[in-house]
Amino acid sequence: MSLKIVVLAKQVPDTRNVGKDAMTPEGTVNRAALPAIFNPDDLNALEQALRLKEQHPGSTVGVLTMGPPRAGEIIRQGLYRGADTGWLLTDRLFAGADTLATSYALATAIKKIGDVDLVLGGRQAIDGDTAQVGPQVAQKLGLNQVTYAEEIIKIENRVATIRRHIDGGVETVEVPLPVLVTVNGSAAPCRPQNVRLVMKYKYATCPLERPADDPRAELYAERPYLTLTQWSVADVGGDPAQCGLAGSPTKVKSVQNIVFQAKESKTLTASDADIEGMIKELLDEKIIG
Amino acid sequence: MNNVFVYCEIEGTTVAEVSQELLTKGRKLASELGVELHAVVAGTGIRGKVEEQILPYGVDNLFVFDGEGLFPYTSAPHTDILVNLFKEEKPQICLMGATVIGRDLGPRVSSSLTSGLTADCTQLEIGSYTDAKTKQTYDNLLYQIRPAFGGNIVATIVNPEHRPQMATVRSGVMQKAVFKGKARGEVVYPEVGKYVSPEAYVVKVLDHHVEAAKHNLKGAAIVVSGGYGMGSKEGFDMLFELAKVLHAEVGASRAAVDAGFCDHDRQIGQTGVTVHPKVYIACGISGQIQHIAGMQESGIIISINSDPDAPINKIADYVIVGTVEEVIPKLIKYYKQNSK
Repeated sequence: MSLKIVVLAKQVPDTRNVGKDAMTPEGTVNRAALPAIFNPDDLNALEQALRLKEQHPGSTVGVLTMGPPRAGEIIRQGLYRGADTGWLLTDRLFAGADTLATSYALATAIKKIGDVDLVLGGRQAIDGDTAQVGPQVAQKLGLNQVTYAEEIIKIENRVATIRRHIDGGVETVEVPLPVLVTVNGSAAPCRPQNVRLVMKYKYATCPLERPADDPRAELYAERPYLTLTQWSVADVGGDPAQCGLAGSPTKVKSVQNIVFQAKESKTLTASDADIEGMIKELLDEKIIG
Repeated sequence: MNNVFVYCEIEGTTVAEVSQELLTKGRKLASELGVELHAVVAGTGIRGKVEEQILPYGVDNLFVFDGEGLFPYTSAPHTDILVNLFKEEKPQICLMGATVIGRDLGPRVSSSLTSGLTADCTQLEIGSYTDAKTKQTYDNLLYQIRPAFGGNIVATIVNPEHRPQMATVRSGVMQKAVFKGKARGEVVYPEVGKYVSPEAYVVKVLDHHVEAAKHNLKGAAIVVSGGYGMGSKEGFDMLFELAKVLHAEVGASRAAVDAGFCDHDRQIGQTGVTVHPKVYIACGISGQIQHIAGMQESGIIISINSDPDAPINKIADYVIVGTVEEVIPKLIKYYKQNSK
């Protein structure tokens, strides 16, 4: 039984490695100082997809991402690891989307892709940490969902057996296909890039990523697989009123850079006298006992 | 109509503490808005067992859905319950825990009802909002306040047009307290079949295993917490030793958890546990906002860091400038020497 698998992946700023230059003096986020990466949990989801492809010959794995043209990099990263294809949703109308508008766009694209057996995504993206888009996509497509998955143990007779984390424990569930599964960052790590696939796909680009006077135009004409699919709102038959900022029920009222209420602190050295002094002070005041 | 709802999560017949914390917050919001606090709980064999765990927090009306297949939790039946109940009741606010269940259920419900949902709020307040474009002003909105962008900024989110305004909150962020005022305390037991379609019971739970928490980080009087500066898993052994001496619990920053130095269930911060100890000892933690959101209400904060300019030092009562390798053994030594 072959499976048609779509992996949802997001290009995110690497908020884990925020340096001192991550904020501008005006208190806004300095995006230029943060490298754009493949959202970590989405790589775990890709690995589960690639394993299923190996177990079920004839299966295909496609990477679906939404973002500016440079997010085509996410599709390439997927192809380098063994994905078969990819789709980039890119349109100014998608900009400013909250999780609900994002899920609308992704669900609309998945409908266009058609006949999907499994939709896999990371548990959450590190720039928002909401974990909302997966279940919202599932609802919009009327799919079953399993969140916080550690491993898709097997798929037999179109029923998936999945081990997942719950608060304080684990659970094993059985769910009929089609299903949307979100995968934890603690699941099996993604395989590395395959050198042969990197050679094959390194020039794969979406039309919007290419310069007007592209020196590789001939190569692209010769090898159609180097042209990645890019879709606008109109291409997927989306309703602009449900996309981007217009389709987002949540509005950002204000954003503040955090200013700590500085306390009067005592600064000590690592000397024996300083540390013993502090311990005695805390014991005397019965703060520690 | 227009009331504040809290979805109460259960394990067996025990109501989750985070739900009681949210009932307490929900009660305050409802009183401020002049509306009622309603609660909803769903499970199997819970009638007569959960009411007294919910009503004391100031609930005016409690909906108990008791039926086969509602425990262990699966997405579709609980979604059906909330979606169909909310279509009848039209609440203005719905709160749930930012737990595995709340984060599975909340987005599904919000997508069904096309309402806005904000995850992992650290503060909830009532206030007004003026749309910059239309100049329209909305009164009595729920301010959903949360750190964003990896915790580097704090955003206030509002849902001007869509109802209910939905938010999830992590365990320990709000404090639970039995309500001293008067609430109606009515309980109703709706017929599950009127709310949940038979096809909803499609996911089979083969095995459900929950262990009692290995630690009591949330309730600890002293927390010893390590960051990326601890350098390794072995570095954390030193923290466990300090914690043992001080009768403390060990916590960790996200960076330390991501690096594999410590288990995820000990992560303190916006996407982990929120703690309110008497003493918080931050060892090799720089102090990203996402971390500080989970510990800033500690009584005395001690920061041990070789960087005198580490952001966490600004909120610390004691700043010890030095390496963790040098300072922690001295803390252990002088505590043992001076305590009785």
